[in-house]
Amino acid sequence: MRISLMTTCLADVMAPDVARSTVILLERLGHEVVYDPRQTCCGQMHTNTGYYSEAAPVVRHFVDTFERQLDDVDAIVMPSGSCTGCVRDQHRLVAQHEQDEDLEKRAGAVAAKTYELSELLVDVLKTTDVGAYFPHSVTYHPTCHSMRILKVGPRPIKLLRAVEGIEVVNLPESSTCCGFGGTFSVKNSDTSNAMVTDKAANVVRSGAEFVVAGDASCLMNIGGKLARNGDAPRPIHLAQILASTREDPFVPSAEMLGRAS
Amino acid sequence: MSTVHLGMPGVRPQHASPGSSHLRGDRSFPAKARTELANPVLRQNLQHATSTIQAKRASVVREVRDWQKLRDAGSALKWQVTDHLPEMLVQLEESVQAAGGTVHWARDAEEAGEIVTRLVLERGQQEVLKVKSMATQEIGLNETLAHAGVHAIESDLAELIVQLAGDTPSHILVPAIHRNRAEIREIFLRTMPDLDPSITDDPAELAGAARRFLREKFLDMSGSVAISGGNFAVADTGTVAVVESEGNGRMCLTLPRTLITVLGIEKIVPSFQDLEVFLQLLPRSSTGERMNPYTTLFTGVAEGDGPQEFHLVLLDNGRSAVLADPEGRSALHCIRCSACLNVCPVYERTGGHAYGSTYPGPIGAILSPQMTGVTGPDDPNASLPYASSLCGACYDVCPVKIDIPSILVHLRAKEVDQRREASGQFHGTWDVAMRGASKLMSSPRAYDAAVRASSALGAVKRTGNIGKLPSALPLIPGWTDHRDLPVPRQSFRSWWKDRERHGGAPAPRPDGDGPEDSPASGEDA
Ligand code: SF4
Repeated sequence: MRISLMTTCLADVMAPDVARSTVILLERLGHEVVYDPRQTCCGQMHTNTGYYSEAAPVVRHFVDTFERQLDDVDAIVMPSGSCTGCVRDQHRLVAQHEQDEDLEKRAGAVAAKTYELSELLVDVLKTTDVGAYFPHSVTYHPTCHSMRILKVGPRPIKLLRAVEGIEVVNLPESSTCCGFGGTFSVKNSDTSNAMVTDKAANVVRSGAEFVVAGDASCLMNIGGKLARNGDAPRPIHLAQILASTREDPFVPSAEMLGRAS
Repeated sequence: MSTVHLGMPGVRPQHASPGSSHLRGDRSFPAKARTELANPVLRQNLQHATSTIQAKRASVVREVRDWQKLRDAGSALKWQVTDHLPEMLVQLEESVQAAGGTVHWARDAEEAGEIVTRLVLERGQQEVLKVKSMATQEIGLNETLAHAGVHAIESDLAELIVQLAGDTPSHILVPAIHRNRAEIREIFLRTMPDLDPSITDDPAELAGAARRFLREKFLDMSGSVAISGGNFAVADTGTVAVVESEGNGRMCLTLPRTLITVLGIEKIVPSFQDLEVFLQLLPRSSTGERMNPYTTLFTGVAEGDGPQEFHLVLLDNGRSAVLADPEGRSALHCIRCSACLNVCPVYERTGGHAYGSTYPGPIGAILSPQMTGVTGPDDPNASLPYASSLCGACYDVCPVKIDIPSILVHLRAKEVDQRREASGQFHGTWDVAMRGASKLMSSPRAYDAAVRASSALGAVKRTGNIGKLPSALPLIPGWTDHRDLPVPRQSFRSWWKDRERHGGAPAPRPDGDGPEDSPASGEDA
């Protein structure tokens, strides 16, 4: 298949290994990955903070960029539950706010081909064993938007369980939000801090070496707290685990969500 | 769900009256939350109570195989009510009158307070008994009555605790959720004159003390007045339903001579049979019980049985204003079960007082600002729609499927739009930052250059993560006060470009320390 990668702006700049891992994984599975460098952002931050009119040019640009490819690619993949949720549910709302019916229609066509990584692997590529190797214990944090908006359900866990050498351990209170919430983490920083403090404590309690999730943003939040506390567990994105093999194993670097190997 | 166009109202709907209504705090949510978060006892009390009740709810909901269908039915009935509210209210009035009751219409808290006070004084009473009610809390009825020299006694155990402590409720269902047993014992010892000081903080002993205190009040109720709220009012029969656990409500509703019920206009259900849906949804969602111990249904007056006078006060106080917004109006569907509070990670940490309103938690965050209207960026209620990480847990548990996260975002957008349209008001830190980011993220060239610049920062800072630092960027300190931030290194786009230069060959892994390639090294996209 020919798959177009939307890295998300956050992964592009702050967690590039998540996007690289997505490319490496999909190519290893025999697919062709295309990347249009004109891409920027899905507009989620603007939308969720209520700046619909400011989100509109971003959404328009997103639709312009990916609409061009619709006939040439089989799917568009985003390694993020919340950004995929924004494309699927909120681009429509932004178009409606701008009373732009044409944009609404075009956004719908792009959204129909857009998948979050675990959805793409399990539903479109029909695979759960991607041939990965990751000899570590991990605990899975289901991010809110992947769990409650996209409803990815057990897909990520199925993918993880098929990884060779991995041990998946239970995360206490796993379904509670980590406190990121985009601009919430800044506008309500004290409440957000109370939430991520508990999430980090539960990650430590799980005893896992890594906390894995499908959203780099939530991982930056949880990982940032773990790093600040000097706690041992490290954050890792699902794509990074699935890209790791015996030949090219994941070795964490000093950088959050980065890799040394 | 498509919304019905309700037409133009003859009278412009007005917001809740600012004077008497308890719908707005004195400080913004973040400021109040900061105070509450600093109280470790509060946090412990809340965490214990909400997690217990949440687990109970989950287990009794799991038993009901058609739970999702019940929710659909509850939601559909409530949409039917908001779509036809004017007609149904008139129908309710006729039914209540036909059953021998009297109906009063109150536009706001003041009007409702006046009506109730007049009814009490006309009957020569100085003391009234109260059944726990959100509506009377919302309109500050106890204070209004006190001004007129009438003492209102709360008969609900938790409400009584709050009243005796001179406190305000912090939860819809468990008003004293922020108190633990030891604190309650102290309050009782301070306020109940005849209490034996050897009382322990055993819940049974505390409940016994409250029961003795209240029984005396119940015993001399002949000729008396009681005031209640109501959970549901049936349009076609005029029946009012009060759902409770303790039985004190049943006493208040049956023993006095005169019963006054204050009811928000959204509490209507179309027909008696519809109660079957809500009486299944409500107890499981609220207390986590299969059935609540006491459900009292009363229809007008019956000679020789129960109160001989029944007054129904229908309260608007901003509800018509909520109804006027097609995207926000489903906030009126709330049946006050409090499931959304118990599951909310924000409420669980800040408690109810941080919301500054009778209605706390996720439902309060969408209901209070719509009822009061928002007067400007400094209105404390302007901060409520932002008091959520949009995690969506509330929507999942709501028995009438109110899409709280979507309404939160809608209200944010409404507030931003209002400011954008009001000339001279769109210059806040966020406005400027969001406008700048919008320009940047809709221009691939500018964006590309910005990504390169941020990676250059990574080349300067050699350690892995940014620790605590004062920053020139307005948005970062809130983050780095509490957690680290990764240092931007080689961006993905630059790695991809390198890789294409190498003929698409599997690119080398970046070593993590390499600076960004120079902007001159490739064509701009
Ligand atoms: S919004 Fe829904 S969950 Fe929250 S109190 Fe109302 S009915 Fe219950």
